[in-house]
Amino acid sequence: MNGHSAIRNPQSAIPITFTLNGKPVSLGVDPAARLLDTLRYQLALTGTKEGCGEGECGACTVYLDGVPVNSCLVPTYQVRGQRVETVESLEPGALEPFERCGATQCGACTPGVVMTASWIREHPELLATHSIRELMAGNLCRCTGYDGIVDSVAEALREPGSGKRDT
Amino acid sequence: MNVLLPGSLPEALDMLASDGAAIPIAGGTDLLVHWPVRVDAHDRTYVDLSRLDALKPLSWTADELVLGGLTTYWDVIRDARAAQEFPLLGNAARQVGAIQIQARGTWAGNIVNASPAADGVPVLMAYDAVVVLESRRGREQVPLDRFYSGYKEMRRHPDQLVVEIRIPRRPYSYQVFEKVGGRRAQAIAKVGLAVTRSGAGWRVVAASVAPTIRRCPAVERLLETGTAIASPEALLPAVARDVAPIDDIRSSARYRTHVMARLLYHDLRDFWGKRG
Amino acid sequence: MRRREALAKLTGRERYVDDLPLDDFLWGMTVRSPAPRGRVTAIRFGTDIAWPEFVVVDHRDIPGPNVVALIEQDQPVLAAGYVRHVHEPVLLLAHPSREALRRAARSIEVVVAPEPPALDFRAPPGPAEIQYGTDNVLKRLQIVKGDVERALARAAVVVSGTYETGAQEHVYLEPQGMIASFEGAVLVVKGSMQCPYYVLKALQHALAREEALVRVIQTPTGGGFGGKEEFPSHIALHAALLALKSGRPVKLIYDRGEDMAATTKRHPALVRHRTGLGRDGRLLAQDIEVVIDGGAYVTLSPVVLSRAIIHAAGPYACDHVRISGRAMFTNAVPFGAFRGFGAPQSQFAGERHMDVIARTLGMDAVELRRINLLADGQSTATGQVIQDGTDRLAVMERALELSRYREKQRGHAAFNATHATLRRGSGLATFYHGAGFTGGGEVALQSRVRVAGRPDGRIEVLSANIEMGQGTLTVFTELAAARLGVAPEDVTVAEADTARVPNSGPTVASRTTMIVGGLLERAADDLRRRVGLDDTARGAAVQQAIRRWHREHPGEPLVGEAAYERPPGIAWDDTTYRGDAYGAFAWAAYVAEVEVDLRTCATRVIDFVAVQEVGKVLNPTLAKGQVQGGVVQGIGWALMEECKWREGAMANNQLTNYLIPTSDDVPSVRVAFLENPYPHGAGGAKGLGELPIDGPAPAIANAVARATGADPRAIPLTPEKLMELLEIADFGLRIADSAP
Repeated sequence: MNGHSAIRNPQSAIPITFTLNGKPVSLGVDPAARLLDTLRYQLALTGTKEGCGEGECGACTVYLDGVPVNSCLVPTYQVRGQRVETVESLEPGALEPFERCGATQCGACTPGVVMTASWIREHPELLATHSIRELMAGNLCRCTGYDGIVDSVAEALREPGSGKRDT
Repeated sequence: MNVLLPGSLPEALDMLASDGAAIPIAGGTDLLVHWPVRVDAHDRTYVDLSRLDALKPLSWTADELVLGGLTTYWDVIRDARAAQEFPLLGNAARQVGAIQIQARGTWAGNIVNASPAADGVPVLMAYDAVVVLESRRGREQVPLDRFYSGYKEMRRHPDQLVVEIRIPRRPYSYQVFEKVGGRRAQAIAKVGLAVTRSGAGWRVVAASVAPTIRRCPAVERLLETGTAIASPEALLPAVARDVAPIDDIRSSARYRTHVMARLLYHDLRDFWGKRG
Repeated sequence: MRRREALAKLTGRERYVDDLPLDDFLWGMTVRSPAPRGRVTAIRFGTDIAWPEFVVVDHRDIPGPNVVALIEQDQPVLAAGYVRHVHEPVLLLAHPSREALRRAARSIEVVVAPEPPALDFRAPPGPAEIQYGTDNVLKRLQIVKGDVERALARAAVVVSGTYETGAQEHVYLEPQGMIASFEGAVLVVKGSMQCPYYVLKALQHALAREEALVRVIQTPTGGGFGGKEEFPSHIALHAALLALKSGRPVKLIYDRGEDMAATTKRHPALVRHRTGLGRDGRLLAQDIEVVIDGGAYVTLSPVVLSRAIIHAAGPYACDHVRISGRAMFTNAVPFGAFRGFGAPQSQFAGERHMDVIARTLGMDAVELRRINLLADGQSTATGQVIQDGTDRLAVMERALELSRYREKQRGHAAFNATHATLRRGSGLATFYHGAGFTGGGEVALQSRVRVAGRPDGRIEVLSANIEMGQGTLTVFTELAAARLGVAPEDVTVAEADTARVPNSGPTVASRTTMIVGGLLERAADDLRRRVGLDDTARGAAVQQAIRRWHREHPGEPLVGEAAYERPPGIAWDDTTYRGDAYGAFAWAAYVAEVEVDLRTCATRVIDFVAVQEVGKVLNPTLAKGQVQGGVVQGIGWALMEECKWREGAMANNQLTNYLIPTSDDVPSVRVAFLENPYPHGAGGAKGLGELPIDGPAPAIANAVARATGADPRAIPLTPEKLMELLEIADFGLRIADSAP
């Protein structure tokens, strides 16, 4: 890992194609771009937030091939050929329990929270081995104290339609 | 910045062989931390491993569990057989970070990142895992407990990739993983400890208390010889021989030493002073 | 009513400052001091950067006085040849590429000829470290009631103790940021903030612009907790200076590392108690000294100190009290507003001290509080007679009952006697929090609120108080709807845009609902009167009258307005610090149950009960959420949130190394309210936002003391510190030092 060599001919854009919220997207990306920045600044999908840039807070959570990941830690070129889903893909009607139980206050962590929470809702089998609190631990929230979030997930799991996704 | 996008393992090995400074990248959970401000890192060449499908699966042979070079923590957590036969793997994987990290982080990445505070490495080492390195020059197998030579120094040459991690299947009569962090979830270890006992003997592996993750031969010897240990204090001389913790931003040397002794003492209470 | 903007937030549609579409703009960046104190002898620009592409601003580009206007005029917008703390802003850069900007900023070397910094606020500064007045004291305040020395001399028992609390980083999830641009001659600054008029005032002052040429707009704010009270003025000024010089829109967004390193934190504090008691445990004298670390500029330290000392004696009756406070200058990054504003620090000390007293006297900690809690008719340290009809004993009893305190105490004794490595215990804190600005502060603010009637009969609330998650939009909607009897859907709350909304004061000090909400109600009444209705008119009658008024006055605005008036019977003397410090106090009793692992000395909160009396609860879901969030922030402050300092700056400015609680670190927080409507608060409400940060830390420290026998006097009570304490306490698992 030593022998730091400066790049003489830095690459220009890397052309990639992937599926974003169900639709195919083709674009050229800076090799240094993070998926988070591509979504926010290149594709104007600003629902995904940056809270820390180090994979700690989960505000930038998106699904990559159906699994939650921190988009601040994903180089955009790696999503070629994959499925990316952002908070903009969620069905607003399914978010009612989060509204009812006080899962959001300032809202900055919220897109990440509802992404992870919706994934749990679609995978109720996880609760055989994990608690909601463990599964939500990658989404820091400074406002709610987490009760509103945990209660919302529990409520959402009780509603019809939970567990329908197959990833 | 340059990114090379190999479509196959031989292609990736060719790229690494021709550019000795190129950095392999898999899940990015270490390499992309604070990425925008680490502008020096933008002046490097990377070899993207993410499409090397041959390295992905976790597989079982008659006598080994084989983790591919791209097997993630989440792959192991979801594998019911792994949970049964090697519970410490899932245990550590669940503590490495939350689902967002588990889904992207790879076991091989954890090994070559060479952090003294790694969570995956201690349990692999306690299970006598062997690292399989491959380059155009051929394959090489290195037992994980002989893989590190110093802080962030290891027996991987720049042209080599970790293509497999092979874990021997053995019955274990005892196994435990302890991670002590600043909070319960999502924290870098202040002390990590993996202990196993099988027909091959005791394995005691410590994290965050030395420049590398390492086995603790003096403590293992106390267990093998059934030395009578009556208190955590009685373990301190052996702990002092095995590890060399430091004060840093996350904890103190003193705390680390004492916690390690206390964990060993209490967790292994049934074994001290008894014949193995 | 559900949170108004909830769906926008849940679906990611809400646009925060960094989400706003912006064309042809420059990114801004700040170049900062590397040293805690000294003269800037040179600024060296890297040679491998295409500097003509960059906009560079230094202190000479500031049109007006180089000052960020606040209480004192001491803090420069950009250092002018001299720096007083690490990370002090020196230069500003702008460029279309953020990456180019980062490389350029890194290439700049700010050379400082170092001078001796003052870095420990607890120790008297050496002569070479004096930089403020003759003794580095930024502010001194004192409260005197009765004759404390005489009472101490006569007391049967005197118990002393020294307590310390650490800095705390806000960690609002949305980092700070601003956009500055021009609309014609008008400078428009948008961003994440709690106090649009503070920002407006700071811009006007340093940029020497009249109010008509500056407009400040608050964008949806992703958490504040005080961190976006005074600090946003700096970023606004920086973005504005770059926009002025470049003539283009400039966006200045901090990343988490810069946000944690360069912005304010909760003031660290040292509190000494000397308490005289009767043999029965009655408080006879309280002599208290409060010292806080102000950092390198005055910022809000005098008022933080004020609130700290006013709350220092706790919600107890005592005839002889002396509280002396000092805010110290140090060369640390300036400390600032943080939820609780001094009260959490002084009440940690006070409530931990109550348990230390109980242990010293061999008394039950509950009984000690029962004897001393304020009863109606008794007075606080400032002489404020409490006469609100709240049963403070009932608040405590409810907390004990909900937490099954007595029953658990017995259970803990049995558990601790048998378990090899775990210890459990419960701890109590009884406390209070004054709502609104201290003393005459609310009078000085001269807050105004408007409620407009639109031609279609809809109602619009105009105030400068903002939504940052605490629920302003929802509560203002509910209050206006309830006051006028209209549907919540017929009420809108105007964007906090200084070109449109009146100055209703800052969104701080738990004042938004209680005080500004009260103005809103009166402005609604005024609106009703303007359309010829009396205060009993409601609903359709009001909306019809509004529509009729507009038909009769085409094109004219219909606006009801109210300005702050001091509630009757309230008096405060700022020179003697005597009188009614706050219009109302909220009262609370919290119980924490902890489990300590003696192997790792890690403390886990396994149950938490928060009972409070906050007047009338206007929105149960929002109120509960405020309490739960405050408690968890308090758990973090008590146990894990630790700023590590290097030359007065935070060394662990990453979320990997400054840990806040995750969902898996905290229990469900059980919340209960006792209601006693406050006649002068909106809908009977008192302030709530800050109260819940005051109680968790002492309750937890008291619980750890119970569980382990240790005597913690400082927070954060990290495992490393608890290990030392347990060794001092000579606990069973003590380990000799292993040094070879």
